[in-house]
Amino acid sequence: MPVDPSLVGREFPPSEPFVVTREAVEAFALATGAPGGGEAGTESTRVPATFPIVIAFGAMQAFLDDVGVDLARIVHGEQRFAYERPLAVDDELTATLTVSSLRQIGGNDIIGTVSAITDASGALVCSTSATLVHRGGGS
Amino acid sequence: MTGRWWDGGAVLGPRTFAVTRADLVAYAHASGDQNPIHQDEQVALAVGLPGVIAHGMLTLGLVARAVEEWTDATPVLELGAKFTQPVVVPAEGAAEVAVTGTVKAVAEGRLTLALEVTCGGHKVLGMPKAVLDLPAASDSSGAARG
Repeated sequence: MPVDPSLVGREFPPSEPFVVTREAVEAFALATGAPGGGEAGTESTRVPATFPIVIAFGAMQAFLDDVGVDLARIVHGEQRFAYERPLAVDDELTATLTVSSLRQIGGNDIIGTVSAITDASGALVCSTSATLVHRGGGS
Repeated sequence: MTGRWWDGGAVLGPRTFAVTRADLVAYAHASGDQNPIHQDEQVALAVGLPGVIAHGMLTLGLVARAVEEWTDATPVLELGAKFTQPVVVPAEGAAEVAVTGTVKAVAEGRLTLALEVTCGGHKVLGMPKAVLDLPAASDSSGAARG
């Protein structure tokens, strides 16, 4: 089932605010190669550079649900981040996803999205673009 | 080691990471990405993948970790890559991901780090790149500028 081409340019509603907790940062750091155990402490309060994907992924999942695409048929093609400032514990962040492009190659939909991640004051913290490959079911 | 990590041409790494199925579960919980292709072999095979694959963002997260270690946590201005080849994670044992960086352009307070990310000797990311805040790097080292 191809994705509706009229989606290009559409902005989806902002995600629910996500509060960055120390626990979430520690779990994410441990899951992305940080050493566990004694080295925690000050290091664990630094938010890993790819942590904004947690907020962006929430917005992406809402978008996929909205357009009726099964997550299992999505493969990640590309992700890029541009940061206005490092994230910090206690940031309250919201992602607003816009569909930036859509094309079809070999029965797959190639979906381009851009998510603006903003803090509680509305200031842009990080902009992140994703390419999602929706694998067609026709094989 | 002579020179500073931010000198043009400096080669950083390789930093290697062993990725197991348990690591994929941990990343799924930490990131919220519970796509079954990263945990369930049958689902992965059913959608035409070669097996359970690592989240692309787990691989990019390991890259970010390597960069953080090499650069004394210098603030990152940009980070990104294409996920060109899957990192297939076996049911037993681990996939080994290796990250190497090379300092490319250094200009206007921005340092561009070209990266190479491989698994089993094959590149898995396309054009992985990080741009760092160079003044923050050189200030934090305390080293005199040449």
